[in-house]
Amino acid sequence: MKEMKDHELWRRGNREGSELFKKWFNNLNEAALAGEHGAYVFVMGSLAEILHSFEMPIIFPEITALQTAVRHEAAELLNEAEDHGYSPDICGYVKADYAIQARGGEHPMGQLPRPGLAILTNACNTYLKWGEMWERMFKTPLFTLDVPGTREHGTQTWQGDEQFEKERKYVLVQIQELIKTCEEVTGRSFDVEKLREAMAYSNRMSAAWKKIIQLNHSRPAVFNAISDGTAYLGVNNVWRGTLEGAEYFERLLEEKQWMHDNGIGTMENEEHRLAFIGVPCYPIFREFSELFTNWGGIFVTSTYMWFASGGNNLGFQYDLEDPLASLAEVTLIHVRDAMDSMFHPHDIVVKNMEEMGIEGVVYHPIKSCRTTSTGLADNRRTLMEMTGLPSLFIESDMMDKRVVSVAQMKNRIDAFFEGMRMRKNSNTVEVLN
Amino acid sequence: MKYSAGVDVGSTQTKAVVIDENLKIVGRMLIDTGSDVTKAAEHSYELALEDAGLSAEDVSFVVGTGYGRYKVNFGDTQVTEISCHGRGAIHMFPNTRTVLDMGGQDTKAISLSSSGEIIDFCMNDKCAAGTGRFLGAAANALDIPLPELGPTALKATRPVRISTTCTVFAETEILSWLGKGKKIEDVLMGVHQSISARSIGLLRRVGINEELTFTGGVANNRGMVEVLNQNLGLEMNVSDNSHYMGALGAALFAMDQIVVVKEVLN
Repeated sequence: MKEMKDHELWRRGNREGSELFKKWFNNLNEAALAGEHGAYVFVMGSLAEILHSFEMPIIFPEITALQTAVRHEAAELLNEAEDHGYSPDICGYVKADYAIQARGGEHPMGQLPRPGLAILTNACNTYLKWGEMWERMFKTPLFTLDVPGTREHGTQTWQGDEQFEKERKYVLVQIQELIKTCEEVTGRSFDVEKLREAMAYSNRMSAAWKKIIQLNHSRPAVFNAISDGTAYLGVNNVWRGTLEGAEYFERLLEEKQWMHDNGIGTMENEEHRLAFIGVPCYPIFREFSELFTNWGGIFVTSTYMWFASGGNNLGFQYDLEDPLASLAEVTLIHVRDAMDSMFHPHDIVVKNMEEMGIEGVVYHPIKSCRTTSTGLADNRRTLMEMTGLPSLFIESDMMDKRVVSVAQMKNRIDAFFEGMRMRKNSNTVEVLN
Repeated sequence: MKYSAGVDVGSTQTKAVVIDENLKIVGRMLIDTGSDVTKAAEHSYELALEDAGLSAEDVSFVVGTGYGRYKVNFGDTQVTEISCHGRGAIHMFPNTRTVLDMGGQDTKAISLSSSGEIIDFCMNDKCAAGTGRFLGAAANALDIPLPELGPTALKATRPVRISTTCTVFAETEILSWLGKGKKIEDVLMGVHQSISARSIGLLRRVGINEELTFTGGVANNRGMVEVLNQNLGLEMNVSDNSHYMGALGAALFAMDQIVVVKEVLN
């Protein structure tokens, strides 16, 4: 193990991801100090390629907000927003971002540029209200991309279907409108070559990301979908459509392939392969993961890697010959898939359980995000009936430490593993760790 | 004769049970947990040993359980009370498929397989409504000793409907009903019905399969048992040792270890 840990590839993706993350914040800080405004976008339907073609700084407020929770600095921001009338029950990301904006963009990792344009999608209803907040605060121009979702479970249309083609055109017209808006906001003309270049980088990133996810079929798993996967996701979003992003994921693929080929797991004693459904518990991010890894539990997949990468996990490749039409098509497929993975999370487990060797499923509904949490209790029952897999239902939050009870959480997690061990060994002795 | 023990350090009370290798309870004790959890664990264990006429040297393995399980410093290992209540219930009532454990601060619904493995469980989250603490709040507001809550509630003729789900606000609502001239027994029955409704909600989440065994301190409340039986439409198993079920389960897990060691040595 020691020899392996000395290898240059060991956890290179985590190290490089951390550096890229710092670089993203540094770039934002420099832009803010230079008085530049930024494009505020969301993980589901960021249209980063368009924004890169206009050379706009891109801010993902979901990511800047969650960083405050990971750094244990969210509580003060949430309180500040609540003091200003925001309800304890609404999205914690919104409240943290409100407080950051009210402080003039002051973030623990640097200064954030003011919202000069916001791109919202209907993938999350909070996005729309969030955008209205910036509009009121800064008169930020809002662009709302309406992506037709799946009307009923399992009824997606695909390329060639009449309905799909109508929906693709509907998205395309909106993208053309966005281009005009970007031209107005930046004073620059649209350059299709720059768009093509950004899309080519996204193609490289998507292809590698899809393969990386597939490589976690390895036993032992080559990454933990929560502790490692969330770091990869950050890069996947904020460096999408860039050379850095493409190279990062290709190098990450090299690392994961090396692990796979040499039978190296991300944790030493992998005992239970799990799927995670929901959003991570950022206020105790590391501790949360350890509550599972201490029992030899590893998350081999998560719905978070689906919806929080905006559907990028699908690995769809843009057709660079017809960039705008292709961007519309892939945006439609990606955002729709991101929504589906939130609303029908059991599909991912059912589809992957055998190949990935999933033995248990953890549902983590959170107080401040009803979009990702509503229906999870029913979904869990459905999944258990369909598969017989043991599952755990733990509730906390993605931002708000006040509703995270570690003792209660640990108790449930311990009991979950005790139950899994009793089932696995058909005797009771093994319950004692 | 080999002996094992289980110590269940709960939020309100600490229970200790000593069993012999025939899996019979030979000693047990229950004390208030108080502020010193470690001391409560030690003291309850000492008293259970005294009850069994044994010394600590006679006991080969001790398992700690409950929220204070890591404070059972003299214990050999820890198991959650969820597993322990399941184990204890199926030991007492072998046909148990569902367990409802109602303790001081939490209520658990546990679903068991025919071989006693835990299939699923569900607990109250972030709120003590539907737990023993809710009854404690009622006892406090009405100035009635806890053991009299159930028998008093059973005298109700026109129960009120308690709508609050907050243990703290429950006191206010109780006082408000009394202020409107409602009888104590009718208000108390409303409290029992409210707890019953929340517990049945938890049970439904894991599935209600017979036989259902009721464990934890609140299982001693006759009124609660009757209300639940009525609302569930079944007869729950209730044992004299309901309050000790977690500690008993822990002692049984401890005995597993002794049996394994014995088998290895032989």
